[in-house]
Amino acid sequence: MDALQIAHSAQPRYAASDEELLKFYEQMLLIRRFEERAGQLYGLGLIGGFCHLYIGQEAVAVGLQSALDGARDSVITGYRDHGHMLAYGIDPKVIMAELTGRAAGISQGKGGSMHMFSIEHKFYGGHGIVGAQVSLGAGLAFAHRYREDGGLCMAYFGDGAANQGQVYESFNMAALWKLPIIFVIENNGYAMGTAVKRSSAETHFYRRGAAFRIPGMPVNGMDVLEVRAAANVAVEYVRAGNGPVLLELNTYRYRGHSMSDPAKYRSREEVQEMRDKHDPIDHARDELMKRGMSEDALKDIDKRIRATVSAAADFAENSPEPAPPELYTDVLVESY
Amino acid sequence: MALELKMPALSPTMEEGTLARWLVKEGDAVKSGDILAEIETDKATMEFEAVDEGTIGKILIAEGSEGVKVGTVIATLTGDEGVSVPAPASGPAKPASAPAPRKAPATEVKPEAKPAPASKPAPGSNMKTVTVREALRDAMAEEMRRDSRVFVMGEEVAEYQGAYKVTQGLLEEFGPKRVIDTPITEYGFAGIGTGAAMGGLRPIVEFMTFNFAMQAIDHIINSAAKTNYMSGGQMRCPVVFRGPNGAATRVGAQHSQNYAPWYASVPGLVVIAPYDASDAKGLLKSAIRSEDPVVFLENELVYGRSFELPEMDDHIIPIGKARIMREGSDVTIVTYSIGVGMALEAAKVLAEEGIEAEVIDLRTLRPLDRAAVLTSLAKTNRMVVAEEGWPTCSIASEIVALCMEQGFDDLDAPVLRVCNEDVPLPYAANLEKIALIDAARIAETVRKVCPRKA
Repeated sequence: MDALQIAHSAQPRYAASDEELLKFYEQMLLIRRFEERAGQLYGLGLIGGFCHLYIGQEAVAVGLQSALDGARDSVITGYRDHGHMLAYGIDPKVIMAELTGRAAGISQGKGGSMHMFSIEHKFYGGHGIVGAQVSLGAGLAFAHRYREDGGLCMAYFGDGAANQGQVYESFNMAALWKLPIIFVIENNGYAMGTAVKRSSAETHFYRRGAAFRIPGMPVNGMDVLEVRAAANVAVEYVRAGNGPVLLELNTYRYRGHSMSDPAKYRSREEVQEMRDKHDPIDHARDELMKRGMSEDALKDIDKRIRATVSAAADFAENSPEPAPPELYTDVLVESY
Repeated sequence: MALELKMPALSPTMEEGTLARWLVKEGDAVKSGDILAEIETDKATMEFEAVDEGTIGKILIAEGSEGVKVGTVIATLTGDEGVSVPAPASGPAKPASAPAPRKAPATEVKPEAKPAPASKPAPGSNMKTVTVREALRDAMAEEMRRDSRVFVMGEEVAEYQGAYKVTQGLLEEFGPKRVIDTPITEYGFAGIGTGAAMGGLRPIVEFMTFNFAMQAIDHIINSAAKTNYMSGGQMRCPVVFRGPNGAATRVGAQHSQNYAPWYASVPGLVVIAPYDASDAKGLLKSAIRSEDPVVFLENELVYGRSFELPEMDDHIIPIGKARIMREGSDVTIVTYSIGVGMALEAAKVLAEEGIEAEVIDLRTLRPLDRAAVLTSLAKTNRMVVAEEGWPTCSIASEIVALCMEQGFDDLDAPVLRVCNEDVPLPYAANLEKIALIDAARIAETVRKVCPRKA
């Protein structure tokens, strides 16, 4: 085990205050309820195209991003991006309105589920090409270092993207130039329909940086406090100018790869087992109750979050589509 | 018997060089592998090595001589039997050293609301002669001094001073923070450059040639070109991808392709292909200042050509404006990049036959200056498009379509294309020559659409 793994195993779970734990719980629940609603709206035909839900993986984005400094650290991910945006405090209304393709959407209706950005929140997408966000994230990290702004980049990608060549090109340069970046592999077990063991010669993804001397850490991605503890170790290491860290977050998605995926490649029992025994939200809820939180208080929270999501959905359904002339705007920034 | 030692060609495009230094003198005995001289090409200083043993007879070209043509006899070797042909050593004579960087006092330039207007040379401003290569380097250096966000990255751009010497001297002035050697990893560094632009910097990403950018085209198209649109105008990507494009000399099919039509077909990109030094400098400066992603297509065969350039503090050429290189009333030749030189040559020949051709240099391929093309067509009523590239789905095809759609009433003859042959570029010298466009072919095509003058 290398130093980072030892540091993590010394304190595998973050000692969250009640307030912090409650916040993690609320954020995870918001993502869960948001995604459930997005799934419904998809079924109603209000959301089109590809829509990849984050249900089951909530603890990853919430735990990791809680360790970042939103004022200076950038985040970038692939197409399964709703959860990362919500975890970075972006208004659910403008995300949902983007999913329904409305002018009030965060990309003014021109991006859709896979292409959302918020420079204000240092969220740089939302990228539809598998693996592209890894090189782009290394570029964001390059910019942090160039500007000497003290920030770092967190670049998320999946177990599927981990087999793309540019990931390793980026690992090489990030390590060579000691870029401030945390590479996060969200290993949910399946690259669309292909199980990890059918696609990957090395299924322990945290080892994938070894050839570039990038330290790796395997992390239980179903426990928000374990995730946060690992994030602290990684952030401290990267912030100190040591170069990149590779985190493998072992997680699970309950839904199909996208809304159009029947997920025939795995058994119902496998999914049910994860839901029943490893759900990150249930887990946090049990812990809150153990710490003395009442069931009524938790119900109130659930009610409040449902109301927030309903308001976002109403907003997304009722706000107008982009005006036709918007078709031609923002192709280029300047006029020539 | 005396053998003739001839000025060697040390690169595919070298036509002449400087005999920088003799390392042997008359009467010296030499053996295979000895370094005889240092020769400066337009790209690097190379060692000139003996292949066989013998004694240096006469030194015919003194050291310091510039413009020595390839094939000129520079010395004689006497003694041993057999044919002795000196061969160039494989590496540069003097590895570029990386001196301590001098901190450039550039600051961040705030985004400008409007594109910079064209700077016009003041009447009586001095003209100086520079190569396209120097003009490109000067453009980068000036913009790096002006804006601390501008940096250049790519293979061999720093310590080696540029595979084609375009970034020569930049490392010395700006240091390794802003002049960055990358590993050979086009997809990766194109992504890093694009991401850095998203993060607020102004990267200049050099591809050793655009042939290698094929490995990176995903980031150019999917990441750079589409970002501003996909984000509803929120996230810009002001990156410049530059490097040589098109056919060089005798480098075969994989190193000889014009990608202009590929990039010019993509909304969200600006695509520029300059011809001379003035445009290379002025347009590259505009490209670096642009808020949009720019593909800047240079041409290796033009790098070493010298042109006049006004000596100005800030030589800017606007993006999106074609120019008339030569006025004429009988026919218009539309072209860009290296085609401009060929078209001007063809126009000269045609003028002797009584055909006055107007030559339009498109300069920017996207957005295309349609008005310039149509205005010239309305004047001459005849058009030929000359393009160093394949004919199918080309810039030439686009110009033909434009004339059909918007200039039909002005046409007195069909618009013809004169392009390279529709084959991968062959290596054999004779086949390569047949495959590539030249001035004679342009002139011949023009004659087809121009009625014979009595």
